[in-house]
Amino acid sequence: MRVLMFGWEFPPHIAGGLGTACYGMTRGLARNGVDVTFIVPHAYGDEDQRFIRVVNASDVEAVYGSTESGADDILDKISFIHIDSNMVPYISPEEYESYHEEFVKSGQRVWSKSDCWKQRYTFSGKYGANLMEEVARYAVVAAQVAKDLEGQFDVIHAHDWLTYYAGIAAKRVSGKPLVVHMHATEYDRSGENVNTQVHAIEKTGMQAADCVMAVSNLTRNIVINRYGIPAEKVVTVHNAVRFAEKQSAAPERGVEDKIITFLGRITYQKGPDYFVEAAAKVLKRVPNVRFVMAGSGDMMNHVIRRVARLGIADRFHFTGFLRGEDVHKMFQLSDVYVMPSVSEPFGISPLEAMRSNVPVIISKQSGVAEVLDYAVKVDYWDVDALADAMYALIKYPALANMFSSKGLEEVTNLKWNNVAAKMKTIYERIVEESQNK
Amino acid sequence: MKTVCLYFQVHQPWRLKKYRFFNMGKDHNYLDDLANRSIMQKVARQCYLPMNALLLKLIQENKGKFRCSFSITGIAVEQFKAYAPEVLDSFKALAATGCVEFLAETYSHSLAALASKEDFAQQVKLHAAMIKKEFGVKPTAFRNTELIYSDEIGAMVSELGFKTMLAEGARHILGWKSPNYIYANAIDQKMRLLLRNYKLSDDIAFRFSNQGWDEYPLTADKYVSWLTAEDTPGEVINLFMDYETFGEHQGIETGIFDFMKALPKVALGSGQLEFATVSEAAKKYQPVSVLHCPHVMSWADEERDVTAWLGNELQNEAFSKLYGLKEKIAKLKSADFDYVWNFMQTSDHFYYMATKWLSDGDVHSYFNPYDSAYDAFINYMNVLSDFQIEVEKALEAKSKRKSKKA
Repeated sequence: MRVLMFGWEFPPHIAGGLGTACYGMTRGLARNGVDVTFIVPHAYGDEDQRFIRVVNASDVEAVYGSTESGADDILDKISFIHIDSNMVPYISPEEYESYHEEFVKSGQRVWSKSDCWKQRYTFSGKYGANLMEEVARYAVVAAQVAKDLEGQFDVIHAHDWLTYYAGIAAKRVSGKPLVVHMHATEYDRSGENVNTQVHAIEKTGMQAADCVMAVSNLTRNIVINRYGIPAEKVVTVHNAVRFAEKQSAAPERGVEDKIITFLGRITYQKGPDYFVEAAAKVLKRVPNVRFVMAGSGDMMNHVIRRVARLGIADRFHFTGFLRGEDVHKMFQLSDVYVMPSVSEPFGISPLEAMRSNVPVIISKQSGVAEVLDYAVKVDYWDVDALADAMYALIKYPALANMFSSKGLEEVTNLKWNNVAAKMKTIYERIVEESQNK
Repeated sequence: MKTVCLYFQVHQPWRLKKYRFFNMGKDHNYLDDLANRSIMQKVARQCYLPMNALLLKLIQENKGKFRCSFSITGIAVEQFKAYAPEVLDSFKALAATGCVEFLAETYSHSLAALASKEDFAQQVKLHAAMIKKEFGVKPTAFRNTELIYSDEIGAMVSELGFKTMLAEGARHILGWKSPNYIYANAIDQKMRLLLRNYKLSDDIAFRFSNQGWDEYPLTADKYVSWLTAEDTPGEVINLFMDYETFGEHQGIETGIFDFMKALPKVALGSGQLEFATVSEAAKKYQPVSVLHCPHVMSWADEERDVTAWLGNELQNEAFSKLYGLKEKIAKLKSADFDYVWNFMQTSDHFYYMATKWLSDGDVHSYFNPYDSAYDAFINYMNVLSDFQIEVEKALEAKSKRKSKKA
């Protein structure tokens, strides 16, 4: 089985679930004997006019720094192709446009330095003037790639709407079946104020696909009910999690108080408001607890003001955007991890917390709730229930111990290998179906 | 004969370093030593030392006819001692001439007047003691941080034993009245007020080097002609400004030092002007009227209010959390904790958290080491939270020691 995959760059280059998921999935597929040609958008400077470049897989792996543990053999099964593009995950058409305008005016990159995944990219005049143009341009290049690789793949797999046109183009050129992977829907990102263009691309991609993979039943239901995709075409493929072999030693604790942590982008989708309100309620009852909000995002200033107004700023701390080692450090310093997402297609960060022996509270509106038993689940809007759960986990050690030990066990069994095996059978089925047509 | 009262404010805050959540509980050095040292030494080189030398020369040349006043915050003196002791010596040399008055103010350049009477009294006493120790005189006149003033604050200052106080000659308070007279506090009429003539002060402090200004370039002759003019009526012209105006805000290349060098000679030569220190000017004239100022005002921004320091919820939260600690600090009676307590009160920290960028954004951003008000708030609160923890720990240890003794 050979897959042409339109994905996203791996961490640590891009902080966010999409790159992480692509990485784990690709490795899992390779272990299951699936060859993956992995195509990612990558912005190069103006000086280089090539549209695509093939990158040696081991070079890429070295950059990400974990070639130990004899994993090298599986890398033979992965090859990388960079398409010169400035697309980045999670970007909205409006954001893209404003960055582009700024660039045209100033000739300089304008992305704020607080987000590390934005930092890498430089805007350049050769790219599309708006995101839709860029998506289309990317598709044209993708079609060329698919043509060049004719006969070298059996199935096409596209991650997230930005690459769907590329997937469709590759399918038209090659006639191979297409799988699209819904990591998030426009409804998750924007609530009810969906961007109709994005919505249309998502819908077109799913209609053109032979199979839609959804990261959770939650997402699958949205795909079926709100995009009108036939249910038999949509399968749930839960994400898994891949951990570094070695856990770094726990950092020395500075403060004795219990620490309850929120870690993620501070945006509407992640429900930071509910975390703050619950924190204020807990602080009324328990003095020796501190809350940490790690991350950055468009709601950060709003949240800081709210914290100040609630008068809890001496017990509610902001770390700003964390990366790499600091993320692990933060998990290891935490006593409770909370993910109160309003809408979370999957949500991988609670798994990372559990891996660090931290009990987690997650919202019922998250996909990850479907695969976890040892997590406290509350409705995101139920601030009282959230506060109750926080209180219980810091006050009753027996409960916290059970969640952390059973949770570690549970999360250790969520392996990409198993997920990839499931994906492989799906690939095989649709390849067979398309040949029989 | 009109009296010209020159007063200079000298202050540098202790700047906080980038203090993250991860530092809490482990790292109790809160200051950005490199920034503090380099800024102090730069300002000393460009402003304090050359300007003090110039003033000393002017005083000697004019044989006591040129006089001026200073207030120097305790926090600034701490930094002189740490990084530029020669600056403190040069101020002492000015003090020795007897032509320079040193006013009292809050030790930390703090907003204590807006917190409570006790906090304010503590800050003022601390500063007065420092002035006495360094310059050998007990101050009799007072200037509050950023000229923050109200009827109540004036009365509070009077209770602390001062006879004269500085305030802003704000248009919304004065109305048709002129700032060029002595006024009296509305609650305690023995307290005399000197009001800043903001137009003539800002001509030097802000507009001096502005080439778009229709009076540019400003010469000593032109300036003295304004001071002596018929349409500058009154008895005392109060020119109050930041000392860093000379050489810092107005760089040496603007000619500000040449202007100041020429000013006394031209002014005294006119035969219509004399110089006096704050207390001398207040004693020389009788108050013409009571000044009613029920609401707090300051010399900052177009609004002349305190919203640059306490104008949003971030500032209010930081302020109330800080002063929530005061009883515990008082109980501790520890020099180490007092030291931190003092520099945390400095108004600059609150100024960095201002979000009113529209009207006077330029001035705000000029002095601001942070990217945004939110960054400033987060950093300050992280430091304050760690300090809180340390205070609690120290109190616990203290009560344990006590119970052991008992």
